[in-house]
Amino acid sequence: MATDDQPANLKFAPTHEWVRLDGEIATIGISHFAQEELGDVVFLDLPWDDAGERAFQAGSHFGDVESVKATSELFAPVSGALVSVNEALRDQPELVNRSPYGDGWMLTLRVSDPAELDKLMDADAYAAFTNESH
Amino acid sequence: MSADSAAGTSSASLLRTPLYERHRALGARLVEFSGWEMPVQYSGILDEHRAVRERAGLFDVCHMGEFRVEGDGALDFLQRLVPNNVARLADNQALYSQILRPDGGTLDDLIIYRLGEGRYMVVVNAGTMQKDWAWFSEHAAGADELTLTNVSAETGLIALQGPRALAILQPLTETPLADIAYYHCQPGAVVGIPCIISRTGYTGEDGFELYCAAEQVGVLWDALLDAGKAEGLLPAGLGARDTLRLEAGYCLYGHELTEEITPLEAGLGWTVKLDKGVDFIGRDALVAEKAQGLRRKLVGVELTERGVPRAEYPITQQGQTLGALTSGGMAPTLGKPIGMGYITSGGETTPGASVAIEIRGKPVSAVIAPLPFYKRPRS
Repeated sequence: MATDDQPANLKFAPTHEWVRLDGEIATIGISHFAQEELGDVVFLDLPWDDAGERAFQAGSHFGDVESVKATSELFAPVSGALVSVNEALRDQPELVNRSPYGDGWMLTLRVSDPAELDKLMDADAYAAFTNESH
Repeated sequence: MSADSAAGTSSASLLRTPLYERHRALGARLVEFSGWEMPVQYSGILDEHRAVRERAGLFDVCHMGEFRVEGDGALDFLQRLVPNNVARLADNQALYSQILRPDGGTLDDLIIYRLGEGRYMVVVNAGTMQKDWAWFSEHAAGADELTLTNVSAETGLIALQGPRALAILQPLTETPLADIAYYHCQPGAVVGIPCIISRTGYTGEDGFELYCAAEQVGVLWDALLDAGKAEGLLPAGLGARDTLRLEAGYCLYGHELTEEITPLEAGLGWTVKLDKGVDFIGRDALVAEKAQGLRRKLVGVELTERGVPRAEYPITQQGQTLGALTSGGMAPTLGKPIGMGYITSGGETTPGASVAIEIRGKPVSAVIAPLPFYKRPRS
């Protein structure tokens, strides 16, 4: 049951980050459900200046998202070297709310082990997961 | 993603206001607040915040507590309980004050209305209502000519706030609203429902708070939402209430005010009347504190780098901790990251002075800012 809320070509972590793999490049963001839970996003603390210099292990902390009401940590759903950070989010953090699967993406990583994606949830499993936890 | 202060989950044991079903129907996100299941937002905190600053917002504040203090002994009783001078109130006038422990620590902050000779209504915070009621009852024991009644459950309260509040409310009542001055009230009727119409609020905007019977507050809410539609009125939740009051520099009990903090430290000296001629509870402690100098002082801070300050983050200067924030966030109207917090005696508190806020261990540049951050344009 893929919908606009959970696109079929994405994989989801239980911490509500999504991953889309194109070749060996993984694009990462947070889910529609997550941005709704957060409410208005006003600031992102991302590894802005670390592209090409840093790698993340699956499950490791890569940044923080600040909504009007709370701070939440962000975790890498897969392991890989940091390729790029979405510069648009510096001045337009609201893109995370407006387009969580599009312009609101956060990072790209060069994945070290594509098999890690198999451990993540597909759209159906994530939809069931968010229904249970909500 | 993991939220460190995410919305609490609903629980069957939480209290609900008479407007609960309306909040659900409006699509509100409900969270736990002080034992109540309350709307934190409807359309979004920023949207609601903007509505209140530019047009108007409607808040459910039925969770607040109300006590009636009545009888010939009512004035003396209140004068002994609070640091502000209740004796200066005329009929239909209100006063902001606190109740203090003997050591000066703040048990709660509250508003006292004089409704008539020997007739007062005291409005207290939801989270402290039971504690406050016990405190009032304990100190009333044995007093002559004094009747205390806890009317929290049967009292409905909604706040209509924003520059269009008067225009929205006036067609619904015969009471001439422009004649009600700030921190004054009038008994009247709104859409035929008996109310105390009070020109008070917690947003930094003009506006009214309407006290009525709990069973009638739903009709009042519906009528106001309907009447305000053309003016751009939005229902607004606790999220916007918090960002609005932070910009306005208002203390929130549990943050800027606690049992460990005195009103003098909180910058509320203007509400403390040491010379009112009554030995109120906590007076000796405040006199001594004034003589010795304050142990800490409430300040505003504004980040000069990117980041979002939050409660409990340390305030530092050259690596030395000066104090900690009690509230913070991105100020929607100002578009700046701001906070309030305490700096201990000896630390820099001059507006404009450079400090840092430690955000997840990293010092982020900030300056001490004058309070309030936001003052509404006076018309």
